[in-house]
Amino acid sequence: MTAAIGAELELAEVARLEDIVDRRALGEVCRSFFELFSISLRVFTRDGTMLADAHEEREICRYVNSLGDGRRACSTLVSEVKRTDPVDGPVVHPCFTGAEYRIVPIVYQGQRLGRFVLGPYLPADTREVPRSLLVIDSRLDPERARAALSDMPRVRHQTVERIGEHLSRTLDLILFSGHRAFLTSHMHVAPVRESFRELAEKNQHLQEAFDRLKELDRLKSNFLATVSHELRTPLTSIIGYSDMLATGIAGELNTEQQEFVETIRNKGDHLLALITSLLDLNKLEQGSMRLHREAIDAAALVLDLKKTMAPAAAKKQVTIETTIEPGLPKLNVDPMRIRQVLFNITENALKFSPRGGTVKLIARSAEIAAGAEDGIGAVLLAVPQKSVEFGIIDSGIGIPKDEHDRIFDAFYQVDGGSTREHGGTGLGLSIVKRIVEAHGGTVRVESEPGAGAAFWVNLPELDE
Amino acid sequence: MQLDFKAKELTIKLVYYGPALSGKTTNLQSIHELVSGESRGRLMTLETKDDRTLFFDLLPLTLQAGRGVQVRIKLFTVPGQVIHNATRRLVLQGADGVAFIADSQRAETKSNAAAFVNLRQNLVDNGLDAARMPLVIQFNKRDMPEIRTDAEIDELSRKGKEPVYKAVALRGQGVLETLVGLLEIAWKRIETEHHLSEKLGLREDVVIDELRGRLGVKVARR
Repeated sequence: MTAAIGAELELAEVARLEDIVDRRALGEVCRSFFELFSISLRVFTRDGTMLADAHEEREICRYVNSLGDGRRACSTLVSEVKRTDPVDGPVVHPCFTGAEYRIVPIVYQGQRLGRFVLGPYLPADTREVPRSLLVIDSRLDPERARAALSDMPRVRHQTVERIGEHLSRTLDLILFSGHRAFLTSHMHVAPVRESFRELAEKNQHLQEAFDRLKELDRLKSNFLATVSHELRTPLTSIIGYSDMLATGIAGELNTEQQEFVETIRNKGDHLLALITSLLDLNKLEQGSMRLHREAIDAAALVLDLKKTMAPAAAKKQVTIETTIEPGLPKLNVDPMRIRQVLFNITENALKFSPRGGTVKLIARSAEIAAGAEDGIGAVLLAVPQKSVEFGIIDSGIGIPKDEHDRIFDAFYQVDGGSTREHGGTGLGLSIVKRIVEAHGGTVRVESEPGAGAAFWVNLPELDE
Repeated sequence: MQLDFKAKELTIKLVYYGPALSGKTTNLQSIHELVSGESRGRLMTLETKDDRTLFFDLLPLTLQAGRGVQVRIKLFTVPGQVIHNATRRLVLQGADGVAFIADSQRAETKSNAAAFVNLRQNLVDNGLDAARMPLVIQFNKRDMPEIRTDAEIDELSRKGKEPVYKAVALRGQGVLETLVGLLEIAWKRIETEHHLSEKLGLREDVVIDELRGRLGVKVARR
C-alpha cells in the first residue's frame, strides 16, 4: 500500500471545517439568516479564521468607534469574542454596550470543528443605557448613545437560543453534504489508483513468474528427457533380453539359470516401476500433473478394480468381496489416476493379506469438509460436500497407530522386515495421497497391528 | 484505532464485510434506528441509483466512556459486489474489527465463503494479521425460506474460533448483539496492544458495560 493512498484513506476523519464546507454556500446561508433575524452572524474555524460573515455595522458601534477610548475598548472586546472557544457548549459574552454575543460550537461527528458568533444583540429586557457604556469614553454623549442603541436588535434569550440551535442544525446538514461530496470524490479516485497499483504489481509478478517458469520448463524437460532416455533405455534392454532368455529363445536353461533370469527380470520390472513412480511423484510435487477430469461412475470403478485384481487374488487364494451402495453419484475425477490410486492400495492389501484371507472393496456415499484448515471462519468455509468414500479393507498384518500419518510420506516403510518380506518402494502411498489431494479428496487409514488395515479414499462428488 | 491523548478521544473503526446483498447496509440502518439519538451520528450512505452501496456507508457513534474519555466508533460497510475489491481493501485499512455479515440462504453458501476468502486476502494485502483481527460472524436473513438451519450453523460454529450471531437485520433482531459482541473483542485486542487501562485508567469491563448502556442494549455477556 503506497503512502499516498494510505493518507488519502483517512476516511471520514474530518480534521478541518474548511475542508468540507463550501464557503460561498456558507456565506449565503449566513446572509439569509441575517436577513431573517437581523442578528449579525460570523463563522470561524477552530483556529479562529473567519469563514463567513453577515453583519451590518450598528449605529452604537459606529459612534463608540468614533471615540478614541471607545474604539480601543471595542477592539479589545471583539478580539475576546473572536478568541472565545466554547468547549462545553454555547457561551454568552457580554459587551460594555449592554449587548451580548452568543458563541456556539460547531460540532460534527463528535468533533469540535469551529464556532459561530451571533450578535451583538440587546437582551429584550434591557431598559437603561448601562453604566459600562457611559464610562467607556469621557467624550461620550449619553443622549446620543441612548439614541444609537435603539437600532440594535432586541431579542429574548430563549429566541437567541432557538436561532442558535436552528443554525447548528442547518450547519450540520451543510457539513454532512460537504463531507459526503468530499468522500465521494476521494472514493472515486482512490480505488482507481489502488486498482492501477495492484495491476502494475500483478503484471510485474506475472512477468517474473513467466520468466522463471520458462527457465524451469526448460530444465524440467531436459531432466525428464534424460531420465526417460538414460535410465529407461538400458533397463528396457535388460528386461527384454532377460525375458528372451527366460522364454528359451537363446536355448534351454536349467532350473537354476531359469530362476536367476526370472529374478533379473522381476527386479528390472521393479526398477522400471520405481522410475515411473519417481517421475509421477516429481510431477505431483511440482503440481505439474494434469488431471483429465471426467464424470465417472463410482460403482463401475470398484467392479473394474475387482476384475483387474482377480488373477493376483486367485494366485494368492485371497477372496475379494465388494459392497457397493446403490445410487452413488458420479465423480468428477481423472479416471486413470484414481484407478491408479485404488489399484495401488488394493495391491498392497493383497500383498499383506495372508493366504486364504479376504479383501473387501467398499463404495459408499459420505461427506467431505474442505477448507478452513486453521479453524478461522470454519462456519463459512468447512461446508460439508457430498462425496463418495472407497474402502479397501484387508485382513493382513495391520499398521501401528503411530505410523498412520507417516505411511503417506515418500519412501517410508513400516519396518525393514516387512519390506524384505513383501517388497515395495515406499512410494505408492505417497503418490496415492498426492493424487487424492489433487482431486480435493482425503485418504486415511484405520488399522491396528494384527487386525488388518482399512484405507478410506474420500472423493468429492461431481461439482455442478 | 486512533487515540488523541490531549483530547482524551479514542476512535475505533469497525467494518461490516460480506457478500453482495447480505444486509450490511441494513445492519447499519437498523443500528441507526435502534441507538439512542444522542449517541449516534448521521448515517451517511453512498449509494448507486439502484440502492446498492457504491463505496461504503458510514455511521459514527459517539460515547462517553467514563474518566472523561470520549469513544468514537465508526461503522463502515463495504460494497459487496466482486468488482469493487479495491474499494473494499481501502475501506478495510486500519480496521479494529470486522463483522462478517453472511446470508443465511442455502443458495448463498458459496458466495459467503468466497467473500470470506476475499476478506482474508484483503486483510493480508493491507498488512493486517487475519488470524488476529477481531471478527464476529452474523448469519442474517434468518426469516427467509431455504436457509441453513440453526443446528447446522451451531454445529459448524463450534469448529470455528469466532462468535457467531443470528439476525434479521431488517427487523433489527440480532444487530446490536453483533455490534456489542464485536466491540467487546475489538476492545480486548486494543487493550492488549495499547494498554488503555494503564494509560487512560479505563477498565475493560467498566468500559464495555458503559458502551452497552449507551447503545441502549441489554446483551448477555458471552
